[in-house]
Amino acid sequence: MYDTSHHRQETAVTDVKIKAKDVQVYYGDNHAIKDVSVEIENNTVTAFIGPSGCGKSTFLRCLNRMNDTIDICRVEGDILIDGNDIYDKRVDPVQLRAKVGMVFQKPNPFPKSIYDNIAYGPRIHGMARNKAELDEIVERALRRGAIWDEVKDRLNAPGTGLSGGQQQRLCIARAVATEPEVLLMDEPCSALDPIATAQVEELIDELRQNYAVVIVTHSMQQAARVSQKTAFFHLGNLVEYDDTSKIFTNPEDSRTESYITGRIG
Amino acid sequence: MPLLWLFLLVLAIALAAFVLARSRVLAMSGQDRRTLHSLPNYYGSNAAMKSAIPALLVLVVWLIAQPFYVNSVVSDAIPDSAIADTSSRSLLLAEVRRAADGIDLAVSAGAMTEAEARDPDADVETMTATLTEAGAIVTSQITQSVLSAAQQFRVLNDTGYRIMTIAVLLIAAAGAFWGIKETRPDFRARNVVEQGIRVLLIAAASIAILTTLGIVLSLVFNTVEFFRLYPASDFFFGTNWAPSFSGRGGASDLGILPLLWGTFYISIVALVVAVPVGLFSAIYLSEYASPKVRAFAKPMLEVLAGIPTIVYGLFALLTVGPLLVSVFGDEGLGWMQAGTAVMTAGLVMGIMLIPFVSSLSDDIINAVPQAMRDGSYGLGATQSETIRQVVLPAALPGIVGAILLAASRAIGETMIVVLGAGAAARLSLNPFDAMTTVTAKIVSQLTGDSDFASPEALVAFALGMTLFVITLGLNVFALYIVRKYREQYE
Ligand SMILES: Nc1ncnc2c1ncn2[C@@H]1O[C@H](COP(=O)(O)OP(=O)(O)OP(=O)(O)O)[C@@H](O)[C@H]1O
Ligand SMILES: [Mg+2]
Repeated sequence: MYDTSHHRQETAVTDVKIKAKDVQVYYGDNHAIKDVSVEIENNTVTAFIGPSGCGKSTFLRCLNRMNDTIDICRVEGDILIDGNDIYDKRVDPVQLRAKVGMVFQKPNPFPKSIYDNIAYGPRIHGMARNKAELDEIVERALRRGAIWDEVKDRLNAPGTGLSGGQQQRLCIARAVATEPEVLLMDEPCSALDPIATAQVEELIDELRQNYAVVIVTHSMQQAARVSQKTAFFHLGNLVEYDDTSKIFTNPEDSRTESYITGRIG
Repeated sequence: MPLLWLFLLVLAIALAAFVLARSRVLAMSGQDRRTLHSLPNYYGSNAAMKSAIPALLVLVVWLIAQPFYVNSVVSDAIPDSAIADTSSRSLLLAEVRRAADGIDLAVSAGAMTEAEARDPDADVETMTATLTEAGAIVTSQITQSVLSAAQQFRVLNDTGYRIMTIAVLLIAAAGAFWGIKETRPDFRARNVVEQGIRVLLIAAASIAILTTLGIVLSLVFNTVEFFRLYPASDFFFGTNWAPSFSGRGGASDLGILPLLWGTFYISIVALVVAVPVGLFSAIYLSEYASPKVRAFAKPMLEVLAGIPTIVYGLFALLTVGPLLVSVFGDEGLGWMQAGTAVMTAGLVMGIMLIPFVSSLSDDIINAVPQAMRDGSYGLGATQSETIRQVVLPAALPGIVGAILLAASRAIGETMIVVLGAGAAARLSLNPFDAMTTVTAKIVSQLTGDSDFASPEALVAFALGMTLFVITLGLNVFALYIVRKYREQYE
């Protein structure tokens, strides 16, 4: 039914990058994530799928502690990256987020120029010693975000003036520019046309060489195309987590099967 | 008939029209209400509207117009010879009105009959005596011409009000009749009432606009009048402010520059205080403070905004001034002569403006979408980096607008200046000198005893006009910036 891209899986050198154990997330009284344990591998694209409101974004945001910015949000359980507990008191969430980059569900470019949008992270982290290096970083990031050709002549135009899809690619480029070890992408292609989607998927596949990539998507085809591992969430539970090829051809849980064949969600 | 009665009578007619029209349409529709175009109340309202609104409009217009008419008739009747050399026609007319009021009072107190009051051959002496006795205060002696003018004034007013009463009642009745007459089941009463409501709303809006226009026009006319008496170039470019208050004595110097300088100097000191403090407290409140602290601190700050400026003025005069003198005065650094100074007024005005700047900036900072902050945090930025590099730049246009609005308040502030900065108009760079502002001088020019037609008094309008133009410009600019900023996130 789906093309599960077997050819992409043979390169996987599987060591665990992120290990989550018994994670619970509450928004006030709302128990949004229940008992989720998952091991996300390095050099792998992991897809989170599931019906709307099942907690995919919430769980994703736990992985770089973005939930800290929400007052009513409480996270329990252990999340280890490279064996270190990221919710440990000694961990600086700011440094963690530099290591675990994120692309948000809605494009959110800063009201700055395109150039400054990309240069924002590298400047904060002192990644460039001079203007020439920064220029180079910006260009490379924009190229990897598949948007360089569209914006190279107007790097000083405001990022908010781009179209929705261009803004999303700008945000991807912005996240890539800081060279994270893990990249979390929350529906990165929801506003993109098929061509840009293909470019972003290509980028994701390329990023996999160096990073662990987690992608939330509502498109089964996309999950099947780009990911090697797939996690299916339902009502805050992790129902099934396995190789993408297995999930899409031979799911164990009946809910997974219903969802990917379009019967629930 | 007293005005209140007339008014109530018109309302009563309208109410009757309402009831009649409503029952008429109900009767015409028989049992089947679905044949009616509108709900029965709409038919009633239509009739009531038709009876009350034209009648009340006529009433208002008449009340405004009649005094003008009577005044001009009476004034025409007074011969030029009757006007003494020291007084003018308008003064004499005022006296006529006072005499007429006196006669009214005497008649209502029973000191004289209506016939006596109207008697064209009444003796001036006895009339004056009766009036004085009745307690109606009258200038020492009424002249014959004033008396007859006063009598004519009374008669004219009397007939005027009588005709008005009749006219208003007739119009109300005619309106009611018309409204009831056209009440038929297929009449579109609902639409007519809708129109009426629209007209009402437009009228309310026009009152606001017309009043503003009236204020501006009176400013403009008086300003033009002033420039006829005093050269505009001396006013705008004069560096000396020295009005002579005798009115007749030596010529005044009415240069606005020292006043404008004082205004700007004090406003700048105030903004230097208010902008950083206000902005930083806004940043703290919106970005760092926990909900508990915020719930407590924000109302506290807004209490500052509720303090009347005169209280700030007292604070300047009694606390800040002496405090500054003790540091910068003769005993300290020796820069300051007295408590009243630009610094005193500026500091206190700055405190007054803090809540203004902070609550506006707070709203604007809160309007910056959370997604913007998330984007920055997601890239590994700290909170202060996020605020400095993302939140503030995004909010900057709005903050500039808030600062401009604060500036226009500072420019228009009066009480703090009067009490805190002194009254000396002076062009000086020393912030510890006493100076004064445009607003403070407007007050002192109009509260003096100079003639209202003299340039010394009229200059107040020119000052007011200048101030108005400056603050209007600032406000328009500020609103333009704020609005432009709003468009970004919608
Ligand atoms: N900031 C928040 N405050 C309170 N509740 C929240 C918040 N964000 C999410 N939730 C709740 O948590 C649950 C999971 O939401 P989440 O955004 O993770 O869903 P999702 O799987 O990403 O859905 P979608 O596919 O529509 O993006 C929902 O019930 C939602 O109401
Ligand atoms: Mg989501």
